[in-house]
Amino acid sequence: MSKLVTIRNRMFSFQLERRTVMVILMLLLANLAAIVVCVGLGSKTISPANVIRILFGTLDSPDTMIIESLRMPRVIIAVMVGSALAVSGALLQGIVRNPLTSPDIIGISGGASLGTVIFILYFSHVSIRYMPLSAILGAFAAAFLIYLFAYRKGVTPLRLVLIGIGMATAITAVTYMLILTSSFTPTAVAVKAFTFMTGSIYGVSWVRDVYTLLPWIVVLFPVAILYARHLNVQELGDEVATSVGSSVQIKRTILLVISVALAGAAVSIGGAINFIGLMAPHIARKLVGPSYGGVIPVSGLIGSLVLLLSDLVARIAFLPLDIPAGVFTAAIGAPFFIYLLYRHRNGS
Amino acid sequence: MKTLLETSSQKAVGLFVGLLLFAVGIVSSIVFGVADISWRTIWDSYVRFDGSQEHLIIQTARMPRALIAAAAGASLAVAGSLMQGITRNQLASPSLFGINAGAAFFIVTGSAFFGVSGLSAFATLAFVGAAFTATLVYTLGSIGNDGLTPLKVTLAGAALTAFFSSLSLGVLLTSGQTFDQVLYWFVGSVAGRDLNIFTAAAPYIGIALVGAFLLARHMNVLTLGEDVAVGLGQKTIYIKLAAGVIIVLLAGGSVSMAGPIAFVGIIVPHLMRYLVGLDYRWVIPYCAVYGAILLLAADVGSRYISFPKEVPVGIMTAVIGVPFFVFIARRGGRS
Repeated sequence: MSKLVTIRNRMFSFQLERRTVMVILMLLLANLAAIVVCVGLGSKTISPANVIRILFGTLDSPDTMIIESLRMPRVIIAVMVGSALAVSGALLQGIVRNPLTSPDIIGISGGASLGTVIFILYFSHVSIRYMPLSAILGAFAAAFLIYLFAYRKGVTPLRLVLIGIGMATAITAVTYMLILTSSFTPTAVAVKAFTFMTGSIYGVSWVRDVYTLLPWIVVLFPVAILYARHLNVQELGDEVATSVGSSVQIKRTILLVISVALAGAAVSIGGAINFIGLMAPHIARKLVGPSYGGVIPVSGLIGSLVLLLSDLVARIAFLPLDIPAGVFTAAIGAPFFIYLLYRHRNGS
Repeated sequence: MKTLLETSSQKAVGLFVGLLLFAVGIVSSIVFGVADISWRTIWDSYVRFDGSQEHLIIQTARMPRALIAAAAGASLAVAGSLMQGITRNQLASPSLFGINAGAAFFIVTGSAFFGVSGLSAFATLAFVGAAFTATLVYTLGSIGNDGLTPLKVTLAGAALTAFFSSLSLGVLLTSGQTFDQVLYWFVGSVAGRDLNIFTAAAPYIGIALVGAFLLARHMNVLTLGEDVAVGLGQKTIYIKLAAGVIIVLLAGGSVSMAGPIAFVGIIVPHLMRYLVGLDYRWVIPYCAVYGAILLLAADVGSRYISFPKEVPVGIMTAVIGVPFFVFIARRGGRS
């Protein structure tokens, strides 16, 4: 029996190890379990059995309202935002060939935050549907500036990361400045803005958030998975990739566009949640090896799991307070980052 | 390396000009603002205090603010120049190493969870936090065969900054702090501070600045390279330790007064090296004087960006600082 599963037709070709398929299935189950638990826990606890019955519409109870209009959208947003950030991070790490980067560290998430804040402050009359677009534009502007400043006879990963970190600080400062100098900053709005910049999925709703983010995810995920094989080639180095017939620069630009768009879309709803884009790809590579065909879907599932659990802790650890989930992703993420730095202490 | 000021007399004149500018900075920091005050009133308020509103504003708001801005600017700039000397990395600075964020986190946690209060306790917490973070980032940045690289150190600093600021926000939100405090511990500000805050931290900063000046000679030797320094008979470990203590006092002291202010430690040493070269005996006093001037100027400017609202000065320095950062990073970050 072959160890590999191949899906191939005229449009695309895709190959996974059986082990990867198993991991994906396990993670799907884990995600479903986490969703049920997350929906059940909170200031009012609902048992998992009842949660499932309510979700399938076979139980009519007063909790239905809580689940359907409060907890479900939040859980779904956690899944979408977490996986989008994770996939964006996986793509970015592949593109710059540095395992220590992620959209939030090099300022792409910061650009998306800035785009969102500009949208909230100056385009409040425009439909909220365009908020992800504004965030994505912000993310692209940031990515473009970072790339431009890092460009000097080509872009080295080192310069890209260094410049990105500096730009991240500047973009954050500009965002604060906009919030503070805007004509309407009652402190409540400003606290919300701060919470947003740390990353929180508090109080999301179906119409405003879920349906706004969904189209982006639905379009970008399949593209990311289909383009994963180009990353595999690029990992070999630009010369090898060119000589085996890959148009490196074009493919790299497309991959970068997908990565930036995913980060932007996620940030527009969830705020600049830290470290998921950094952690998830590493865990994924540990589980299924370095081939991006497996890394990308697995990263996505891990990212969603991490955000589900972080948000759960953020929601119930300090009841009745709701802490931004970004606080907890940072609390797990930073030690993880230190471990990575230690592992990669001798170059790559 | 070609510098702008070459002879010692030129450099002395430059320092004197700096001191004049510093005086101008202090006076303008007191004079300009929502209520403009004439410089004659400043004099009167200390010589013939009559309890009028203007005199009160000067003594309780404007003067402390000017002093804190000057002290924080001077200490961050000197701390930055020492760190760049020790790590031989031009991007090293208290904000980028996460030291400011770490010190802020220690103060926030101490006051929220362990009921620590009192200004001297805050200063102590800031020192502990600064020392802890500095050690952590330095260790993380130097693990591995290639030693301390700009990339590793910057990444470690960025990660710890994100870590500490996220946790600080969590702590502040769980303990129900007001927005002003949240803002203050995030971006740094010199507005609305009490004179006691300055007097609590000033002795440490004063001692550390004198210490930095005394250390300058040894720093010159150390920057020649570890091997050369040892060969010339220097006990490098003591020099590094002394510099480390001074950095912690300076960075911690400035955070306890003004919160985490970004990029001063990069901008000022970089400009000063361009002015006077690599000799630490000049760089340190120049950094102290011009660091103070920079923060005073940034603070005065921050009052006019969206008048009559004020923007925290930490935001100003972050925006000013980025071009410098980009410039240094493009050159590869090594001195």
